[in-house]
Amino acid sequence: MMGSCSWLMVLSGFLLLAGVVHAEQSLDTIIIDAGYDKQTKIAVVPFRSPPELSAEQPMSDIISFDLARSGQFAPAEEENMLSYPTSSREVYFRDWRVLGVEYLVIGQASIDMLGALTVNFHLYDVFNEREMIADSVNTTRDKWRDAAHYISDQVFEAVTGIRGAFSTKILYVLATNAGSPNAGYRLEMADADGERARTLFDSNQPILAASWAPDGKQVAYVTFETGRPAIVLQNLATGARQVLTQFTGINSSPVFSPDGKRMAMVLSRDGNPEIYVMNLADRSLRRVTRNQVIDTEPSWSEDGRSIIYTSDRGGRPQIYRQDLTNNLVERLTFQGDYNARARLLPDGKHLVFVHRNNGVFHIAWQDLERDDVRVLTRTSLDESPSLAPNGTMLIYATQDQGRGILAVVSIDGRVKYRLPSSSGDVREPAWSPFMDTL
Amino acid sequence: MTVAWLRSLFVMLFAAAVLAGCQSTAPEPSKPAPEPVPTPDTTPAPPAPPATPAAFDENLNPYVPGTTRLLSRTFYFDYDRAVIIPDDLAALEMHGTVLRNNVDVTVLIEGHADERGTREYNLALGERRADEIRKFLISTGVSPAQIEIVSYGEERPEDPGHNEAAWARNRRAILIYQ
Repeated sequence: MMGSCSWLMVLSGFLLLAGVVHAEQSLDTIIIDAGYDKQTKIAVVPFRSPPELSAEQPMSDIISFDLARSGQFAPAEEENMLSYPTSSREVYFRDWRVLGVEYLVIGQASIDMLGALTVNFHLYDVFNEREMIADSVNTTRDKWRDAAHYISDQVFEAVTGIRGAFSTKILYVLATNAGSPNAGYRLEMADADGERARTLFDSNQPILAASWAPDGKQVAYVTFETGRPAIVLQNLATGARQVLTQFTGINSSPVFSPDGKRMAMVLSRDGNPEIYVMNLADRSLRRVTRNQVIDTEPSWSEDGRSIIYTSDRGGRPQIYRQDLTNNLVERLTFQGDYNARARLLPDGKHLVFVHRNNGVFHIAWQDLERDDVRVLTRTSLDESPSLAPNGTMLIYATQDQGRGILAVVSIDGRVKYRLPSSSGDVREPAWSPFMDTL
Repeated sequence: MTVAWLRSLFVMLFAAAVLAGCQSTAPEPSKPAPEPVPTPDTTPAPPAPPATPAAFDENLNPYVPGTTRLLSRTFYFDYDRAVIIPDDLAALEMHGTVLRNNVDVTVLIEGHADERGTREYNLALGERRADEIRKFLISTGVSPAQIEIVSYGEERPEDPGHNEAAWARNRRAILIYQ
């Protein structure tokens, strides 16, 4: 059996790989902590690959890194493999049993003369010598990365029963020279592994509060391009932008409802920051809070009936839930003197939020039924938690040696990884919904 | 010339002199209190008393009324608070005076916060700080139409450092005359 030392080397291998093979425009992705026990040992054998893809990062590497980042899998290192099957008749289960590998992934990619990419792949349960998946991905040659992430999703779901989130994207803001007259801000989108970063919007004024429409086709964010904060919608495919609100005062915290038809937001046009819900079809506004205090950072319950938000009506920022059907308000957080920017997990029973503990800002998790609060992060100055759509991981912004970075932690605390940018400070991450990428 | 006319002239000149004197006594506690003026704003001043200084410099930054010292335009706040610090009240009173005496001038109050805490709550906190100053100025008689506020939250720090000194410099509101 491979000891924990070997798995550490495996992960260091991926660390180096991630550092070396990324494209120029991408975030580094560095695993810093992955629980070594109870991980499922999996082997992703290098795929048979056509010459057109020989200069690219191997698909097996992308898949292994996806699975490692989930914290649930420990991928085997290529040089330890005893054989390199790419088709089912080349598989000898004994070769994998002796390594302690529980699951095996093999594949073959080919590109035809019209540029169509076909990837056949198989997943095996090694101990039971059983084929679990025999499938193929058919797409275009330029989507070879997407094909790899699709395979990661299928493997992850087959083994864990949870839908994979490897084909998702992240939005974030890259800030350069913040605080100086040359400050620059870019809203960028990258793959969940930090690759293929591209700029959606570029400004010399601050950008914040990016969020996704549930269909993944639009994003909303706050921009100071006019000197005042305004909420803007942007279509991802066309790049077309439109102003959603630019009332007097604050226009911020745009968050789409789960059905995509409404947008929660914060407006202070009536004298102080209040939560509003806008009907996106006719732009009519419904005011949700009515008081003299700060109400901000709304988010939605999965059924779209309730809004969770931060309010300092009790003197300090705490999290509240308001039922939109009857306007009943319930306070949710009672530990600590600062709880803000909450997001509900898809099960509706747990909350993640920013929590100040002894003066330090961490991301915390709370079981709403048992009022059990757990700090998830060991970083500090943490903010903006955003959940992966399968609820297993969360991305947030923090600082590392004075630089703004993104960090991801699994909800079960097993894995932590960081995404710094060599170009500046990264902040304000937003994890996309499930996406159809092929 | 009649004595009555002379007396009116003296009263007008005296009133004008006292008015000029009143404007310049605000920051100097040692100056003797001016005598009560019967109607401070009745008649237009006679050919300007030579001592009236410009209220603003070439960048529209206000002077301490009656002087050529620039009036401080940045005010700082305690962590998590939007309460005006008592030591700042005198300077803010002077801003009130400047605005009341120059009704075609407007001021934009920018509110800021340090980086700790969430970004959007900090946007609201910055606005609250600017709003506290706005409310104070209105309470001194400034017309609300002369005041606008905007918050940049933690987005535009004065000091990009990550320590107490930097944070203290970033928790501020700035008055920008326009």
